[in-house]
Amino acid sequence: MKINVNGTTHDLGEINPRTPLLWVLRDHLSLVGTKYGCGISQCGACTVLLNGEAMKSCLYPVSAVRDAQVTTIEGVAAKDGTLTRLQQAWIDLDVAQCGYCQAGQLISAEALLRKNPTPTDDEIYAAMDPNLCRCGTYIRIHNAIKRVADENKSGQNGG
Amino acid sequence: MSTLNYDSVNEITEFFTRKAQPDDATRNAHIFKLDRRQFLKLTGIAGGGLMLGFALSRARAHADHVDFNPNGYIKIDSEGITLYAPNPEIGQGVKTSLPMIVAEELDVDWAEIRVVQSEINPALYVQQFAGGSTAIPAYYTPLRQAGATARAMLVQAAADQWSVSPSTLSTELSQVLHAGTGQKFSYQELASVAATLPVPSPESVRLKDPKQFRLLGTRITGVDNEALVRGEPLFGIDVSLPDLKYAIYQKCPAIGGTVQSANIEEIKKMPGVVDAFALEGTGNGNDLFPGVAIIANSTWEAFQAKRALKVEWDETNASKDSWSAARKEAARLAQEPATQIANNGDFDAAMSTSTATSSGFYQYHFVSHAPLEPQNCTAHYKGDSLELWAPTQTPSWAIPTAARLTGMETSQVTLHQMRCGGGFGRRLYNDFLFEAAAIARRSKSPIKLQWTREDDVRYDLFRAGGFHQMDGCVDENGKVTGWRNRFITFAPGGRPASSMNGGVFPGGMVDNLRVEQTALDWAYRCAAWRAPNANVFAFVVQSFLDELSHAAQRDSLEVLLEVLGEPRSVGGGRRGRGMHTGRAANVVKLAAEKAGWGKELPKNSGMGVAFYYSHAGHIAIVAEVSVGGEENAVTNRSGENVIRRKLKVDNVTVASDVGPIINLSGAENQVEGSVIDALSTMMDLSITFENGRAEQTNFDKYRILRASVSPAVEAHFIDTGEHSPTGLGEPVFPPLAPAVGNAIFAACGHRVRTLPISEEGFYLG
Ligand code: FES
Ligand code: FES
Repeated sequence: MKINVNGTTHDLGEINPRTPLLWVLRDHLSLVGTKYGCGISQCGACTVLLNGEAMKSCLYPVSAVRDAQVTTIEGVAAKDGTLTRLQQAWIDLDVAQCGYCQAGQLISAEALLRKNPTPTDDEIYAAMDPNLCRCGTYIRIHNAIKRVADENKSGQNGG
Repeated sequence: MSTLNYDSVNEITEFFTRKAQPDDATRNAHIFKLDRRQFLKLTGIAGGGLMLGFALSRARAHADHVDFNPNGYIKIDSEGITLYAPNPEIGQGVKTSLPMIVAEELDVDWAEIRVVQSEINPALYVQQFAGGSTAIPAYYTPLRQAGATARAMLVQAAADQWSVSPSTLSTELSQVLHAGTGQKFSYQELASVAATLPVPSPESVRLKDPKQFRLLGTRITGVDNEALVRGEPLFGIDVSLPDLKYAIYQKCPAIGGTVQSANIEEIKKMPGVVDAFALEGTGNGNDLFPGVAIIANSTWEAFQAKRALKVEWDETNASKDSWSAARKEAARLAQEPATQIANNGDFDAAMSTSTATSSGFYQYHFVSHAPLEPQNCTAHYKGDSLELWAPTQTPSWAIPTAARLTGMETSQVTLHQMRCGGGFGRRLYNDFLFEAAAIARRSKSPIKLQWTREDDVRYDLFRAGGFHQMDGCVDENGKVTGWRNRFITFAPGGRPASSMNGGVFPGGMVDNLRVEQTALDWAYRCAAWRAPNANVFAFVVQSFLDELSHAAQRDSLEVLLEVLGEPRSVGGGRRGRGMHTGRAANVVKLAAEKAGWGKELPKNSGMGVAFYYSHAGHIAIVAEVSVGGEENAVTNRSGENVIRRKLKVDNVTVASDVGPIINLSGAENQVEGSVIDALSTMMDLSITFENGRAEQTNFDKYRILRASVSPAVEAHFIDTGEHSPTGLGEPVFPPLAPAVGNAIFAACGHRVRTLPISEEGFYLG
């Protein structure tokens, strides 16, 4: 089976098609940025982009992504390594504590901003509620998204 | 009824209470009192550093190739300046804040340094663990001395080059400057020469006047933040090695059960399964429980095999714990006098001459640590050595047990400390690491043991539930004159999970005070959970004080300040580490002022105040909430009918006195996170046990708070300049629940006495 992750096609050979995407990414492709937290679609640590939409990968069978574009946290920055404004906001606002949830948080935020570059507070909450942060960094996550949304609103979105 | 051994859990808990002493900083400074021979040896050990004897000759020939490595925290070489972060990073920010302290005294350019996690080396480091909010107090002075020592040597090296007195030189942004001539040397240029100088004793180097600090007290973003947003491997769970296999370990769902039989042959035939076998366990519940290990080619195949695994458990000695039975028994015990722990003045006389009294039965459920990264450990057993990669809060303590379990000397065991996806106290205990070591011993390939979330909750060392029958009174002036706290705790393995003492608030502040304690039999392990003891005691005592304020028909803030009284040291602190009522009153007043205590609020809104002292931090919180009307009746976990009511926490104002702040951004993050964690925990977190089993094992039933209902948090800090810094990972947690509870009472007249308060019908909206 072949899947496309971060713009690269990977041949997975004879993999069990029911293997969740999460474990394919982590164990087979060594893309360990996507995390395991609950395995039952409750915490959002395993969130990836599937054709640009946020999707929890822990219960999602790999066979279902055969024709899709998967983007993981490793594929968010530009090919030359330049960080997105959202990633930079995450760093500037010192969002993380333990950091374990943050890949999933960033992916959910990325999906939101792709669809809706200028979300309201309530739209941010609705998009981010699937992602748990055990350390309680919600305020900073919200502020980081807000910062990019505000930039988008005032048109300084430089690309 | 249980055969488990809990000694080391209690020892660890005791260790933290004992260890968390600011004066340990001075005591631990001994690490730097090295003579020159020891220094040579240590710089060799520290990794990358050349032996100095060799360095001397090389220094002349290839000046740029010699490392300046004066202690375990600093290395300056041709690559640049590296600072070593000695302690486990669990989200409390020490991988950034500890190196900041070194950087301040060393006068380096923060933007250009590199921070690297240290290896485990008891000879080099003060204390390589994360617990008890002790890193900052224990390391503050030693790290300043480490930075200042290196700086003094670099200055001396420059002085020698220029033949001037060191006193004519200054340092700034990784450079030594000579004001007279305008000449400068970079630290890197000086490193080889500095490496040849004797290391001055730590006491002899001059530390900066804190007023001169340029870095400490500013906002610095975490050193791993860029790696985190790029998804780079940092955590224990991220370890990958050539030929790595993946393991699970199935233990009895009722703790203490042993393996009678299992369908191991069937499991071995499953796709991807490499091996499966039972392990007997050691009889010590803190290293290895009996269970069945499965090793597979991938985590998913190991998980699938775990699902197909059928084990017959012998539950003769397993837990029979029942939360509902314990609650019933506690309600009965609440009516009977128990063992007196403290008895000051005459409580009964105060009650009989009082003007008003109050009485309440408080209770709190068990909770799980549930760090978001489930326990895991990678282990490689090579016959004559064992290599481990683990997200642990106590890396240095793990090594001896891992060695014992695999029949090695401690010198044959290497442990790499990995970033931890949350700790909260769970990773003080290394049972997962010992399992990994025991499984690796049976495997040719390295293995990564992965606990499922369900494993993680079931085999947690829980924050114990508990019960308090509270009684108290006020006199004709509305002054609190009598206070009795009858505490009913749990005793896993016969030892109380937590202990009351006469110093618990308002010990030393109310004249007639009695503390009683009794304990219920229990099998499940209970242990340190973020701000141990304080995380629940604060709720009980600060809510009950509020009850007495209302009984006296007085303002809660006024009564709290009156109880605190004249500025003095009180409470059960050891070695002068107790609470100071003056510092307490100052944070209370600041929180009240910033929150606008007493201002006009909309109907159904209210403010509550609470103070607590723990982990050397004085913290006050004012919460402002609004409460919705009564809705439908629902059945709670305990089978009682309760009326649902919507709660909104509008604002939380926190005033903290933890001495000077190291990293302001990190400190604010800890305050925000502690408030959200505490609110999450008080709202709906509960582990109940029936039939010896935990009834909630994943986030569907253990519902951690989500973003949309998290409150606005304001953080204020007091630094009078008289105190050295103390930790902030824990002390903000305790006063949040009583502040919210008291605000609920102010808003709607309902007194919450149960944690989580969803048991009384409240939900966040
Ligand atoms: S691991 Fe997928 S949602 Fe938790
Ligand atoms: S930062 Fe620790 S779980 Fe979110």
